[in-house]
Amino acid sequence: MKFFRLQRGLTVVFLTAGLQIWFAVPLHAETEQAADTASFRSLFFDQNERCFRCHGSSKYSYFNSSTGTEITDIMCTERMVSRQDFYTANHRSFACIDCHSAQYDTFPHPGELRMEEKYNCIDCHGYDEKYARFNFEGIEEEFHQSVHYQANPDAFTCWKCHDPHSYKINIRNSKIIKEAIAFDNNICLGCHSNFDRYSLLTEKEEINIIQQHDWLPNQGLHFSQVRCIECHARLNDSLMVAHRIMKKENAVRRCVECHSQNSLLMASLYKYQSRESRTQGGFLNAVILNDAFVIGANRNVVLNRISIYIVICAMVFLLIHLSLRIILKKKGKS
Amino acid sequence: MTEKIYHYPLWIRLWHVVNAILCLVLILTGTSMQFSEPDRPVIRFDLAVTIHNAAAIFLSINYLYFVVANRISRNRKHYRIKEKNFGGMVLTQFRYYLLGIFSGSKAPFPVSRERKFNPLQQVTYMIVMYGFFPLLIITGLGLLFPEIVIFRVFGKSGLFLTDLFHIITGFAITLFMIVHIYFCTMGTKLSSLFRGMFDGWVEVH
Repeated sequence: MKFFRLQRGLTVVFLTAGLQIWFAVPLHAETEQAADTASFRSLFFDQNERCFRCHGSSKYSYFNSSTGTEITDIMCTERMVSRQDFYTANHRSFACIDCHSAQYDTFPHPGELRMEEKYNCIDCHGYDEKYARFNFEGIEEEFHQSVHYQANPDAFTCWKCHDPHSYKINIRNSKIIKEAIAFDNNICLGCHSNFDRYSLLTEKEEINIIQQHDWLPNQGLHFSQVRCIECHARLNDSLMVAHRIMKKENAVRRCVECHSQNSLLMASLYKYQSRESRTQGGFLNAVILNDAFVIGANRNVVLNRISIYIVICAMVFLLIHLSLRIILKKKGKS
Repeated sequence: MTEKIYHYPLWIRLWHVVNAILCLVLILTGTSMQFSEPDRPVIRFDLAVTIHNAAAIFLSINYLYFVVANRISRNRKHYRIKEKNFGGMVLTQFRYYLLGIFSGSKAPFPVSRERKFNPLQQVTYMIVMYGFFPLLIITGLGLLFPEIVIFRVFGKSGLFLTDLFHIITGFAITLFMIVHIYFCTMGTKLSSLFRGMFDGWVEVH
């Protein structure tokens, strides 16, 4: 009975402890907050408000002088810009008319303005010492070789992924890497999970991202822990972020590219953190451990060595034990 | 003069052989994943993951089968610790393996109709079967269904701690297996206990 009490006790302890530790709902959410941008006040806030008054909301009103009535209408979602997004984005210090024609000041807007040519990243950031470290020229070169540009060079511009009204540099500044991953992946999903947008650029049939990635184990975990570009963009050491999106046939499919000592995640997703330290507390690629755990990439060098020594010592000890038994048995017989 | 005792009924032999094979598969695939390298793949990573997951599910079912069958069969009496001086008995057995076996001493707790395991075996099997195995299965389930693992523990990924426990327990069971296989050479002949694994009979002096 004593044994069964002990046996039952052990099982109950392990089960309850195990269940509580591993299967409980998260006890505490991440408490780190993104850098406070609420205090930012644009020099052009009041000027921009003239645009945001209509384009910052789902409805807008104007006075129809022909009928003498006040009209309220729906703002097309493609023409809406969120103040919150804009004033936390990279271009938050801009005035709307820095990029758009000052003639938008009049309403109704002149029809020909719709045809105005929009700036691309390279128009402002290219060939300028101030931005040299970002290597926008290299980015443009890579982008021109990407499957997106190659498929539709006229329509696929920087803006298809980097909405100038909301885009913010993310991964290298972010303290909460999961949020950065979600932000970046949403850029891809903006078209790849929205057929209306997708079909603006291609004649291809609708694709189902989930089905396309059926082969990927723990799909949800992969989608939340790495960016699409980790597998779908070719790494380029001279760029901060890879921009050469490859054909799906060339995407990374070998698990060991990430799940190994020289994990490619250290050259992409964790590029900025990995400069700090590759090993910490004996762990390879230790920086990943702050946010995730990648089997094969996160190994504890010390524990691995100790385990190998223990196994070798045990084998040697048992071999000596066996040899002595055989020798002494033979001696006993003779 | 040797006597034969039928100590291993069919259900134990079946459980044992399945358990042994699955453990070997899990150790091999687990080690391959832990030390995966693109240029030197022991087993292709995705294949290792699939085999490891499948073997782990079968191992868990096999473990449940053992717990239930051991509980309802007479085999449970061999796991029962009744002696008051059990700690001393474990030490005596340990001393025998370390020294006595070389000086020709007789085994302090020989196999008999009433005794299938010596005290050292009893305590080891209990720790492995009711300590290591549940921990291995719980942490393994956590890795199989990572979405149910607590997200962060002490500022680190919950998956990391789960995996660390899983690997350490897996390593402990690997070490147990090495010693366990060696101890199987301690029958009347080097091979007699291995034979007992298949026919159920144990030879005793």
